[in-house]
Amino acid sequence: MAEFNITDTVDITDVVCPVTFVKAKVALEELDDGDILSIRMNDGEPVQNVPRSIKEEGHQILKLIHNADGTYNLIVRKVEE
Amino acid sequence: MATDYAALKAGGFMRQKQKNTFSLRLKVIGGTLTTEQLRTIQAVADRFGQGYVHLTSRQGVEIPFIKLEDIETVKAELAKGGVSPGVCGPRVRTVTACQGGKCCPSGCIDAYEIAETLDKRYFGRQLPHKFKFGVTGCQNNCLKAEENDVGVKGGMIIDWEKDSCIFCGVCEKACRSGAITITEDNITVDAAQCNNCGRCVTACPTGAWHGESGYILSFGGTFGNSIQKGSELLPIIKDTDTLLRVTDAAINFFDEHAKPGERFAKTIERTGWDALKEKVGEAYNG
Repeated sequence: MAEFNITDTVDITDVVCPVTFVKAKVALEELDDGDILSIRMNDGEPVQNVPRSIKEEGHQILKLIHNADGTYNLIVRKVEE
Repeated sequence: MATDYAALKAGGFMRQKQKNTFSLRLKVIGGTLTTEQLRTIQAVADRFGQGYVHLTSRQGVEIPFIKLEDIETVKAELAKGGVSPGVCGPRVRTVTACQGGKCCPSGCIDAYEIAETLDKRYFGRQLPHKFKFGVTGCQNNCLKAEENDVGVKGGMIIDWEKDSCIFCGVCEKACRSGAITITEDNITVDAAQCNNCGRCVTACPTGAWHGESGYILSFGGTFGNSIQKGSELLPIIKDTDTLLRVTDAAINFFDEHAKPGERFAKTIERTGWDALKEKVGEAYNG
């Protein structure tokens, strides 16, 4: 992941929908414009839905990385409204 | 003069167990009522009913316990607030719809607008038996399109544009049918797997996926005494003119071939699916 300068990380694999998105959203709120957040999420519903919800909030999605343990890291750049 | 119960039923007045008492079915399109209509319904239910309404299984509203002698007054009072009686019996029933693309992030079509169009064209049309239309905005199918004689479901005809793509990988996972494969410098769609849900379009962070709205139709659904899921017979329809040609063909097929009291599913079964497929196919091709 050398290509992204990650500011912070959040793990949402310990919660289920809709708290997955809420947890990610709260983490993004604590960052500044342009900061990069890595969100670790489970396969299935989270990876199907969370990227879309983050996009709808106006943030910029950079990459979805498939981890060796079956989880995913979504790399997002915070965009202030 | 004897009471014409058939005429009352056709006009939305459903005979109750209690003598000379009716549950009045109101006209509702796509589950939508204005607050003015709601206030009118409230006033009528308080004054002429028993102070409550029943929400039907198909997004309708009924005011129970209307007395025979009040029927004309009730109709007039409702009309003042923009509310009209619904229908029952062998005709086109309430057109149901979800909120669709006007409000819902998943909606691929304006379900209410389509419901209104279908309502204007067909509502109350006399047929051999009841005939139901339902409109749902997307593959999530909140409105259960296939329960209806003709179901309309919103979809998207998708297209990928390489120049805007950052190969982030989101679309491949957003797709629930496994139709998208990403390689190092290309993305392919398995057309046989794609169900036109449009999730790739709504999930894509860079707008590399484009979606053109379309209609996916199902025919012959029924969920009453016998249960059958409506079947898709055509590719996705791209425009409203074609949609209406096809719905015309389906409803005319039913009108011509159905026996009295026979639902669309039974008619299709009796005449053969190929006969209907040919008719709607001709309409689809213009």
